[in-house]
Amino acid sequence: MAIPFSYSMRNLWTRRLTTVLTASGMALVVFVFAATLMLAEGLRKTLVETGSYDNVVVIRKSANSEVQSGVDRGQASTIESQPEVARGSDGRLLLAKELVVLINIPKRESNKPANVVIRGIAPASLLLRPQVRLSEGRMPRPGSAEVIAGTSIARRFKGGGIGETLRFGMRDWTVVGIFDAGTTGFSSEIWGDVDQLMQAFRRPAYSSVSFKLQDATAFDQFKKRVEGDPRLTVEAKRETRYYEDQSEAMAKFLRIMGITLTVIFSLGAVIGAMITMYAAVANRVVEIGTLRALGFQKTSILAAFVMESLLLGLLGGVVGLFGASFMQLITISTMNWQTFSELAFTFTLTLDILGKSLLFSVGMGFVGGVLPAFRAARMNIVEALRST
Amino acid sequence: MGMGNGKPPIVEIAHLSKSYRRGSQTIPVLEDITFDIADGEFLALMGPSGSGKSTLLNLIAGIDKADQGTIRVGGVDITSLSDKELAAWRSANVGFIFQFYNLMPVLTAFENVELPLLLTGLSRNERREHVDLALQLVGLSDRVDHYPAQLSGGQQQRVAIARAVVSDPAILVADEPTGDLDRVSAGEILQLMDRLVHEFDKTIIMVTHDPRAAEKARIIRHLEKGILTDSDGQPASPVAGS
Amino acid sequence: MFLLKLIIRNAFRHKLRSALTVVGVAIAILAFGLLRTLVGLWYHGVEASSATRLVTRNAISLVFSLPLSHKDRIRQVPGVQAVSYGNWFGGIYIDEKHFFANYAVEPKSYLDLYPEFVLSPEQKGAFFLDRKGCIVGKRLADTYGWKIGDLITLRGTIFPGQWEFVLRGIYRGAEKSTEERALMFHWDYLNETLKKTMPRRADQVGFYMIGVTKPELAAEVSQAVDGIFRNSLAETLTETEKAFQLGFVAMTEAIMIAIKIVSYVVIVIIMVVAANTMAMTARERIAEYATMKTLGFGWVHIAGVVFGESLVIALSGGLLGVALTFPASHWIETELAQFFPAFPVSMTTIYLDLAAAAMVGTVAGIFPTWRGATIGIADGLRRIG
Repeated sequence: MAIPFSYSMRNLWTRRLTTVLTASGMALVVFVFAATLMLAEGLRKTLVETGSYDNVVVIRKSANSEVQSGVDRGQASTIESQPEVARGSDGRLLLAKELVVLINIPKRESNKPANVVIRGIAPASLLLRPQVRLSEGRMPRPGSAEVIAGTSIARRFKGGGIGETLRFGMRDWTVVGIFDAGTTGFSSEIWGDVDQLMQAFRRPAYSSVSFKLQDATAFDQFKKRVEGDPRLTVEAKRETRYYEDQSEAMAKFLRIMGITLTVIFSLGAVIGAMITMYAAVANRVVEIGTLRALGFQKTSILAAFVMESLLLGLLGGVVGLFGASFMQLITISTMNWQTFSELAFTFTLTLDILGKSLLFSVGMGFVGGVLPAFRAARMNIVEALRST
Repeated sequence: MGMGNGKPPIVEIAHLSKSYRRGSQTIPVLEDITFDIADGEFLALMGPSGSGKSTLLNLIAGIDKADQGTIRVGGVDITSLSDKELAAWRSANVGFIFQFYNLMPVLTAFENVELPLLLTGLSRNERREHVDLALQLVGLSDRVDHYPAQLSGGQQQRVAIARAVVSDPAILVADEPTGDLDRVSAGEILQLMDRLVHEFDKTIIMVTHDPRAAEKARIIRHLEKGILTDSDGQPASPVAGS
Repeated sequence: MFLLKLIIRNAFRHKLRSALTVVGVAIAILAFGLLRTLVGLWYHGVEASSATRLVTRNAISLVFSLPLSHKDRIRQVPGVQAVSYGNWFGGIYIDEKHFFANYAVEPKSYLDLYPEFVLSPEQKGAFFLDRKGCIVGKRLADTYGWKIGDLITLRGTIFPGQWEFVLRGIYRGAEKSTEERALMFHWDYLNETLKKTMPRRADQVGFYMIGVTKPELAAEVSQAVDGIFRNSLAETLTETEKAFQLGFVAMTEAIMIAIKIVSYVVIVIIMVVAANTMAMTARERIAEYATMKTLGFGWVHIAGVVFGESLVIALSGGLLGVALTFPASHWIETELAQFFPAFPVSMTTIYLDLAAAAMVGTVAGIFPTWRGATIGIADGLRRIG
């Protein structure tokens, strides 16, 4: 004989203040839990979308990133002549020899300088990255001091908006276009003509060579040949892998932070739930005795109290997730300390995170409620009835 | 009925009314009560549940406020006192005995009895003397360091009585003092209250259901639906002793 | 005194509930303290930097270098006492997980500018003499068990190749905040190798360190230095070491702000838990409070009893949390040495911990205190009848 579900519901309603306090404690924990997952997911999504699986990045051996790398013109030409490089519909190679450096520009809001990636691009650069498209203005004219900026740069950095100018390499550069790269890392970059930029920065070497594979499965064969070639001192990575490696430390940091915080916070919330449920049991001794006297089984009492606690957890979970869903409006922009460059990503809520958070909240409710529920179930009927 | 013991009144109640609000309804509890209680009296207030007897007791003891009328105790009109003055007045003039003893569970018998004395200017040693005396009076000198949970109901009520008399108030109010006790313990408690009236000249006002308790009292007044009656169920004469 | 006794006995009346609440507060305070320490570490470099040292680097950004020829022109600026220079080397020991800072520097002038790197005269002499020599901080040497004379190999990321150094000295930090997890070697060794392998990158330095005679001259000297190179091929940006470090910290500020917010959220969570406990406790004791009022105790006394109980529980948790902070920070220092070689808990953090605990107790106590203090006696007594 089960105790009706409404019994648990009504008890929560009767002790409204306590219910609200306990549930809000849990809601905060679920909020933090969901927010850290969302942050990690946002970073992952940015990285995954930045790279394409059939694109390859070639950088100098042991250089961890394009910024540290240098590939001279001779080596770049050797890579250009490899058979794995795909050709576009116009018959031109889908390969871009690029320059990647960091420049220091102040933010609009705080005037604090941050390191921004400036990428010298070739005509094929845009074709290699279909996720990037010009949303405003026009492309820079070759041979002129013109650049285009990612949406995130245009919005947040001084001189990054269309028509504005940036000063570096003893020249003023006009921003003639804004490109939209969605949530990818490219939206935090500035692009300009590679030859112009190499001249301005007096860099004789490219930073990297990126190209599209003719056949996505040909990567291993290409990598083996190129890295074994004595004329070349380079390493090749799939673009997806390259961007994952770039933020490995950041991802790990977020993961460790997330796990640690969640563990600590959930301990606090479980304790809160336990206190509440123990008090619920203590306040209802006579009631429990009466139920038992009426013939309800120990297991029914156990189930009713566990149910009450699960509901409490679920309530916290729903409220916490509701709050966390608003975090999607926030963009975190920070320095990636592996590349020293600016990286922006948003909190991203997925169905998976939704499910995990709800499960987590119900789990907290269960852990908090199970001991008090056992106390309720094991109560001696006669003593329970006699107590006041 | 309502005969005094010949002494002047210590409590004078005139045209006392009190009602409670429940939602939009106003429920009258006491209606135009007028009577006196003589000094050194042992009075039992009886009546069915909801008759207003506990409310009347609370009003006399100064822990509830009347809507209308006056209560003079020892010549002081307590209805005109502020909350703060009332608290000071209570600690000096009234001792309380409750149905469920209302002892502090975390304090020992000694500390419970000492509690009211903390509001006086007495020194630590003086307090100890008073407390010892009070516990001796109720016959619990050997239970000084026990906590309420370690005492029987009767013993707990005796600690409560010691607490009520320790500051030597003129009036004791008791709300169902035997309501939670077995027959033997109840008898002892009533005996003790009787002694307080006769040997120590206390005035006791007791609300009770228990006919045996009422028997011990010298005077019994009945309350019915907020109106004071004599024991025959007739409205009582407004002035005591008339 | 008596009220205090009552408060303390009340606080531990429900042993299980009080214990749970105390543990909850302790966990929250522990987390708060550790997070605060983490944020503090971020600014550690800033604290360790001096106001009399300036950093000059390429105005475009850190990845661009400056010609060595700038050195003599900087030295001529009035107010400049000493000039040193070097490169961020960015070498990797074993693999990416074993990260520590390593620089190529001009040894004599650099160590003169950094008196807080304490090195015995013999070791110093040996380091100066050996072109392939290097020095490391005590903590770093301890981590890898390095001894004088050991060979240390770094894989270059910015400067390709395998680079071998002979350990010639192990320095100690003169201050607690001095970086003891860094490796420094001869800039000449780097430069001469580059002359052979990639001459284009030779005779270039990543940064100049400038010692000024008086801290007040810092701004003036900075302007003078940058003025010399304005509109040249390598424009410079000069700022105090402190500002330079702060700039770095500012770039990762978003994460620090998030951690700071989280450290407050944890306090709010426990505040809610404690408030709940106190509300339940006060509700159960209304009759007792009413009895005390009956006996003539005023609202101040009742408020003191309820509020005091809340404070006692919260502060017990706070003290327990503080006590746990020390073994926890020690555990982090030993087990997570890769990330946090030092995890020093400051006195300020301890005070903040206790202040946070007191605040938890205060906030948790407000509502129950108000209820207890304002309850009508007749109402309060009726609850038990």
